[in-house]
Order: sequence, then C-alpha cells, then structure tokens
Amino acid sequence: MSTVKLTVNGKAVSVDVEDRTLLVQLLRENLNLTGTHVGCDTSQCGACVVHIDGRAVKSCTVLATQAAGSNVTTIEGIAKGEELHPMQAAFRDNHGLQCGFCTPGMIMSSIDIVNRHGGKVDEATVRQELDGNICRCTGYHNIVKAVLDAASRMKVAQAAE
Amino acid sequence: MYETTYHRPSSVAEAASLFGKGKEAKYLAGGHTLIPVMKQRLASPSDVIDLGKLKELIGVEATGNGVEIKAATTHYDVSTSDAVKKAIPALAYLAAHIGDPHVRHRGTIGGSLANNDPAADYPAAVLALGATVKTNKRTISADEFFKGLFTTALQDGEIITAVSFPVAAKAGYGKFPHPASRFALTGVFVAKTAGGDVRVAATGASQNGVMRVPAIEAALKANWSAGAIDGVKVSADGLLNDIHGSSGYRANLIKVMAQRAVAAAG
Repeated sequence: MSTVKLTVNGKAVSVDVEDRTLLVQLLRENLNLTGTHVGCDTSQCGACVVHIDGRAVKSCTVLATQAAGSNVTTIEGIAKGEELHPMQAAFRDNHGLQCGFCTPGMIMSSIDIVNRHGGKVDEATVRQELDGNICRCTGYHNIVKAVLDAASRMKVAQAAE
Repeated sequence: MYETTYHRPSSVAEAASLFGKGKEAKYLAGGHTLIPVMKQRLASPSDVIDLGKLKELIGVEATGNGVEIKAATTHYDVSTSDAVKKAIPALAYLAAHIGDPHVRHRGTIGGSLANNDPAADYPAAVLALGATVKTNKRTISADEFFKGLFTTALQDGEIITAVSFPVAAKAGYGKFPHPASRFALTGVFVAKTAGGDVRVAATGASQNGVMRVPAIEAALKANWSAGAIDGVKVSADGLLNDIHGSSGYRANLIKVMAQRAVAAAG
C-alpha cells in the first residue's frame, strides 16, 4: 500500500491505495470522479484521458503512485461552475457526441490539442491528433467541427482574460 | 494486475541499488509497454522502480557534433526540442509519429530502446545514425546494442542514461504506420553520415527486430536518390509474416519507405 498525495481539479487529496492501482481507478473508485471512463483498458481508445501537469495522458496506463505529486485535471474540473468550458459548449452546439461514452476523453484530448497549438489548428491537425481517441457513433465529423469551433472560442476567451 | 511494490528513487544509483534488492524488479519509465503487459498478467514484477521522474535522466543537450537525449525524455519533448530539430530534423519527425499524442506524452526514448520492440521507431534511428547508448555502467555502440527480438546488450539491472546522436549530412525517416496501433508496419531510417558513409535501418520488418539493409545502402552510396532504390532487390527471407502483412509485402515496403525517407532527407 502507498499513500498517494496529488492535486485533482485544484483540490489536494491523499488516498491510500495498493501499488498496482491505476490512476483511472483512483479517480473513479476512490474519488468517485466517474466522468473519466474506461473503454478498452488497453491504452488505445482514449476514453480515460485526463491531464497530468497540463498534458493529456491515458489514465488507464499510469499507476496512481506515478501521479503522486502531480496536478491532475479531469472532465469534472474544466467547467467554471454552471458555465461549460468552451470545448464542452462546442461539443454540445455541434452535436459532437451521440452516446457520450468517449466524450470526456475526446474533450480532454481536444483541449490539449488546442493548447499545444496555441489555438492555431486546422482540420488536418485535429484529425491527426485525435488519433488516440476512438468514437464508435459519430464518424468523427462533428467532433472535428466542435474542436475547430472551440479553438476559436478559446482564443476569444483567452484574449478577454 | 498482480500485486507489486512501487519505488520512486531519487537518483540512478539508488534505482540500481533498489533493483539489486528486488526479487524480480523491473524499471518503469513511461510505462506504456510495461503497464499494459502487467495488466495482461504477462509480467508480474515484485518491484517496479520508477525512473520517469529522475531529473538527471530528462533533457536534451546540443553536443559538439550532434545531440544527446537523456533516457527518460518523452517522445513529445524530443519531437518539440529545438536542439533536435536543428541538429537532426528527421529524429524530431520520427518522435512526432510514435503512437498518439497521449503515448508521446508518457513514452521515453530509453524505455523504447531497452524494450527493443521489433516494430518500435527509435531503434531504426539509433542504428542508422550510428548513435551511442550510454548506461550507468558503460557506452554501447548502436551496432552492438540490438541483439534481436526484445533483446539488447543491456545486462540485468543496467540503466540507459542517455543516447548520443551524431549529426548526419542527410537523414530521413519513412514509416508505414499500422492503422490501429501506429507501430511501424515497416519504417526505414536512411542516413548519410558526415563522413559520407550510408546507413539504412528498417524496423517493423524483420523477425529479429531492427536491421540494416545492405542492398539499399550500396545503392544509395553509389547514388543518393530515391530512384537509385528502384532496381534493388530486398529479400523476404527472415521478414515478419503475419495477419498485418506478408514477408513479401514487407520486403516491398522496405523499398518504398526507404524511397520516401530519401525524398524527405533531400
């Protein structure tokens, strides 16, 4: 057993877990943050994507102990109260989801894409970089539209801040 | 996953000492091979020793004649490193095409080389560029490092600390990614060394892991152009033959990827 201390969505937490616990298990089972999903559990589908210290990672392929001391952001941590994150709003407005299972991972990956490219993304970049996220409903078309829409909204939001 | 004990040492020396004490210890870097394998219960290390956060193992430095990449540097950090882009752009390109963005945020060059997956990308660059692998005990030349499928010259408990790449006069990487995994169905790295020698390494193709391709090297040495490879015969003997591609298909991919790599190298 280890005591894992980390920051999740801005709050310091301390959790006792077995050393074999995955980060996604700590989030879902110990912290009840069930927005982060387990899809394939083989590092391929991206439903479990969260940010560790600002970088998108697959939380099914990180040990909870590896994340000790880190800053973790999950889908539950991106809205400002009732106000959706621009990426969440864009997914809703562009019908970027159907069943919604992949959506938390899609949104966390998409925020990472926009952040890394400083808001300057085109369709080819978005398609290429969503490589690690699988959606079985939408055919990706509206997801890509949503990310491009959000990229311009995030730029406006950043400029206003 | 079976039970294990996690350790986070504060130095390479402490990591090596922990390894010696463990019954069946394993080093963990990015964890993007080891953790999936542990989840499948194909590996059950008694102790997992995390090298991923050791500051002495992270970073890229320009050297007199190239770049030195420390072993726990992630693929993302290599792909975006100004020093790498300036010295060997083909290496930054290769790092930017490993797996997907999430994998590149975790996976490390040292982990990739120590694992020596037959379809991993980095071994092709290390072998073609004639890089040097540095460990906590010695330095190993690329020609001596790769010993076959998932096998390297590393001894039990030995830790890769850095990889030193010399600048090449020309270098390029051509990769046909597996459509699902993004591993190289076949990838070819071509390099013309500063001394005028030509080295070509193929990954994803051979049953024995990364390999040199002497026939293409000879053709490129005589005439550095994609067209020079047209008439080369690449043997399918010893190449992987599986549901993703026959050995004959891979033999042809070696030629085509080498041509793309030469075109990219200019």
